[in-house]
Amino acid sequence: MQDDKAVREALSKKGAYGADIDLDRYEEGSRDAEQISDLKDSKYSAYMEKVGVIADEMNRSGTLMFIDNAPSHCSSAVQEGLEMMPLSQALKVHDGLKDYMWKAVSPTKDKYTAKSYLEDSDGYFVRVKAGYHIKDPVQACMMLDTDRTIQNVHNIVIVEDGASLEMITGCSTSPHANDSLHVGVSEIYVGNDASLAFSMIHNWGKETGVRPRTGTVVGKNSAYTNNYVILNPVGTLQSFPSCTLDEGSSALYNTMCIAHEGSDIDTGGLVYLNGRGSSAQIMSRSISMGGHMCARGRLVGNAPEVKAHLECRSIIMKDGGSTSAVPELEAHVADVEMTHEAAVGKIAQDQIEYLMSRGLSEDEAVSMIVRGFLSGSINGLPAELQRELDEAISQANLGD
Amino acid sequence: MTEMLSVVDLHAEAGGREILKGVDLTVDQGETCVLFGPNGSGKSTLMSTIMGYSNITVTSGQIIFKGKDITDMPVDERAKLGIGMMMQRPPNIYGVKLGDLIRVASPQNGEAVLADADKFKMSGFLDREINVGFSGGEIKRSELLQLTAQKPEFILLDEPESGVDLENIDLIGNKVHDLLYDSACPGRGRHVSSLVITHTGQIMDYIGADKGYVMKNGRIQCRGNPLELLKEIKKNGYGECDACRMIRL
Ligand SMILES: Nc1ncnc2c1ncn2[C@@H]1O[C@H](COP(=O)(O)OP(=O)(O)O)[C@@H](O)[C@H]1O
Ligand SMILES: [Mg+2]
Repeated sequence: MQDDKAVREALSKKGAYGADIDLDRYEEGSRDAEQISDLKDSKYSAYMEKVGVIADEMNRSGTLMFIDNAPSHCSSAVQEGLEMMPLSQALKVHDGLKDYMWKAVSPTKDKYTAKSYLEDSDGYFVRVKAGYHIKDPVQACMMLDTDRTIQNVHNIVIVEDGASLEMITGCSTSPHANDSLHVGVSEIYVGNDASLAFSMIHNWGKETGVRPRTGTVVGKNSAYTNNYVILNPVGTLQSFPSCTLDEGSSALYNTMCIAHEGSDIDTGGLVYLNGRGSSAQIMSRSISMGGHMCARGRLVGNAPEVKAHLECRSIIMKDGGSTSAVPELEAHVADVEMTHEAAVGKIAQDQIEYLMSRGLSEDEAVSMIVRGFLSGSINGLPAELQRELDEAISQANLGD
Repeated sequence: MTEMLSVVDLHAEAGGREILKGVDLTVDQGETCVLFGPNGSGKSTLMSTIMGYSNITVTSGQIIFKGKDITDMPVDERAKLGIGMMMQRPPNIYGVKLGDLIRVASPQNGEAVLADADKFKMSGFLDREINVGFSGGEIKRSELLQLTAQKPEFILLDEPESGVDLENIDLIGNKVHDLLYDSACPGRGRHVSSLVITHTGQIMDYIGADKGYVMKNGRIQCRGNPLELLKEIKKNGYGECDACRMIRL
């Protein structure tokens, strides 16, 4: 059991990175939400679609939706091996779930995790039972719907031994809830011989603060993919999801960001390669349209035969912001192969002109290169996500 | 015959150096012109300048295409007017697939050309990032595939046969031929004009040539019958060009 006193003390502990956010500026988010039976007809459907959550739930195994701090929709196609419900409900039916609570993220990490812990935040619970392969993605949508409030959620995803899942989560803010704060703790557990592709697509408000805390624990011979996409303006976003890998497992972190004017984004991935022969790739692609962008990546090799690569590339399209790439490699044994690459600059003019020489206008050429830059050279994106991403990029208004 | 392209006393610099030092050259409608010249004489720079690449700055002179002064025109407008180019060293376009570019750039014929990609030995490359890791011959075939979809009226070909192995030279030669001749209507003969840089003249076996130019040190040194020029260059090298005043412009 956590020592509540220590957690209360952590309420004043600033995050390791990113500007400090005064939690007292915000009211608690509502724990009461309208229950939506048909997402298509809800006023939120347009916001959902922008973040990859399909309102008619076609080709989706199920949908969980939260508005502020309360569940508002949960539906799943009849599907053996898949369980999804609000965490509060899951805790009532699964005694064993306690063992997964606060094991991948520490409540005393900083004030944001402490807040979630002390408030006993609700969130989504998704579990795939051992041996089941869930064909279509499960989707979750987090709507921030009330201005000046904190959305504070706690999610748990469990993919048991020999199981596989693809999950798409979309986070969105209603236009009137621009000045709000999203704090989400997500704990993700992938068993042995299992796989999980976890994609997060975001669409916040220009002033929204975002401080998610995500921890993933991966067993043996499993694969974990983490895709993080933010293409629209946000106030301040800081996130540094971490992952531990056991023997023979792999992790792939893809980050795709656009830092618009007024946005301050600090994100990346941290992987502990604890098992022999585990491997990791952290790929970050970002564009500064006059905003501040910091791409972090940290790989820690703790076991022999570990292979890891880190790649941060950034294009600066407009002056006025700043861009930094912070790649870190750390090895504690000799037999590792760990590399990194970082590049920051503008789009090469000869590339733009090459496409123009085929008849594309300058704008078409730039957007084609930018699209390719953000997603095209990243491997392992689920086809479904690739489509969502193309759509999001085309709506991201890259021009002036 | 009417003039397709005329380059008039063109001076241009790149990287702070004057590279084109007063180039004069014309290509008539339907004509195939070859451009010879030693390495570093400015041939590729001339082509990039005609296409409009901005790493080269025109300091004086003019480029007239189909009667229009295009000296200051952006690259895409030149392409829309009908100019196409096979680059010697095209840039890598990370993240953009060859097939996608062809589809977007040529909405009318793109799909049909892509369906024919195996005839260019390119079907395995349509999902590859453009030029990334392509071999010399693959770059040529990729450029040809793109140009075939683009259907320019005037084509700049920068050393189409260089770096191509014997096995593929026929393929390249025939595809360049198809670009210049209307195969649907053999009676019509050549319909596309071109300026072709070559060292070996091999490409002339496939497309013939009407006129030859020799470039040296940023200028056109001489012009004449392409086969005779090639014979001369093969025999005496480019040094003799200096001595030869007869056909000096
Ligand atoms: N962007 C550039 N910056 C500086 N020098 C250049 C640039 N492009 C070409 N040059 C120089 O101009 C000269 C002519 O180059 P190029 O046109 O490629 O010659 P060719 O095609 O005839 O071999 C060479 O000396 C080359 O190094
Ligand atoms: Mg050259």
